[in-house]
Amino acid sequence: MDSSEDPPTAILALFQSEFAPEQKGLIDWGWLSDHLTSDILPALWEHIILCAVSVGIAVVISVPLGILCARYRRLYPPVTAITGFFYTIPSFSMFTILLFVIGFSVGKTPAIIALVLYSLLVLIRNVVTGLDSVPPETKDAARGMGLTDRQILLRVELPLALPVIVAGMRIAIVTVIGIAVIGAYIGAGGLGELIFDGITRDFPTLYLTGAVLSTLLAVTIDLLLVRTERLLSPWARRARGAN
Amino acid sequence: MQDFIQVFQRPDFIKNFFVHIEMSALSVLFGILIAIPVAILVNRSDAASTFAINVGNIGRAVPSLAILVIIFPITGLGVDTAVIALTALAIPPILINAIVGLRQVNAQTLDAAKGMGLSGRQILTGIQVPIAAPIIFAGIRTSAVQVVASATLATFIGGGGLGDYIVEGFQRNSTAISLAGALSVAVLAIVTEVGFGGLQRAFTPKGLRIAAKRGK
Repeated sequence: MDSSEDPPTAILALFQSEFAPEQKGLIDWGWLSDHLTSDILPALWEHIILCAVSVGIAVVISVPLGILCARYRRLYPPVTAITGFFYTIPSFSMFTILLFVIGFSVGKTPAIIALVLYSLLVLIRNVVTGLDSVPPETKDAARGMGLTDRQILLRVELPLALPVIVAGMRIAIVTVIGIAVIGAYIGAGGLGELIFDGITRDFPTLYLTGAVLSTLLAVTIDLLLVRTERLLSPWARRARGAN
Repeated sequence: MQDFIQVFQRPDFIKNFFVHIEMSALSVLFGILIAIPVAILVNRSDAASTFAINVGNIGRAVPSLAILVIIFPITGLGVDTAVIALTALAIPPILINAIVGLRQVNAQTLDAAKGMGLSGRQILTGIQVPIAAPIIFAGIRTSAVQVVASATLATFIGGGGLGDYIVEGFQRNSTAISLAGALSVAVLAIVTEVGFGGLQRAFTPKGLRIAAKRGK
């Protein structure tokens, strides 16, 4: 669905031209199965892509910035202050400010920018904490073996910091999945679109589907990443024990 | 600019502003009243603590708008629904921090307290809770900031609050009205963050502050 115009009305018109909902009970299962492949699964997929792209961009920014902050300690407090400030701004306000103060047009771009901004604090903090957790003796040993600074960073420090970085990614992804739901209000698409559309049309099946799916998505991803963290840490522990 | 200032002069602005604060304050209060007793209750057992932390983590993952919308068909339109949903949002951060905080009080400290002849209740109120206080307050702070932000969404289920202006601005195509709403919520969230940060420091026991200064 293109979101070049005001999202609720555009989608409303689109949906209303396709069908007129008839309400039987709270959930209209017939409607659900009819619209599973045409509306619901695409919304879920759109949501996943939106979050993956946002956190992907945030990781690309945060890892180098985190490494810099770990090296040049003076950078760290201002970086946390700025990213912490972004993190405190309520998402609905952030979206509004991005549209009306910065001047973005309705669509995916302002949503992705907001989602990236929300991810930075957690990601950068965990990169720094992860790098800090590498014991100095390990780094000394690596240097003694003749590794250059760059090799130490890539082969020793970052792998050992990985579990903490993944822990940060988990928090970022789960946060972003939740905020992206609200992003649908400014045309980001995804599962939030089902919710807002359902509210506008007073059609519980639609908004409950959006709400339940976004909850399931967040919880599933959270549990999967907890697993990943656990898979990564015994290896890290062994590596730490080996020196 | 004129329109922007006018929003703050509207009689309903003050009302919605207070509705927003009232919703948030009630929800955080209920959150504290539920989360802390549960944390104290599960503190006795490792398994129960782990279970409660896991439940808290799952609860934390649930999108705020999803909670509001799921509760809405059950309890209907209005502020009450918003408060129920926001309370559900407020609980997990407080619960997790309270459990972690109570459990990180080290075994020697507890042994020493027991050796001094303190009862279980005295140990809890005199030793564990004060030592855990900064962490519990950090949880309340996270929770409060999140609730103030999410209370903006109450507008979608007829709960009022400052979110009304953001939505009204979008509907009437008025940048000024939307921004008046968005900026007041943002300021409210920042004030909450800073204010609770102050409370957190105030509730850190003097002994812990000295210990922190000495680098333990």
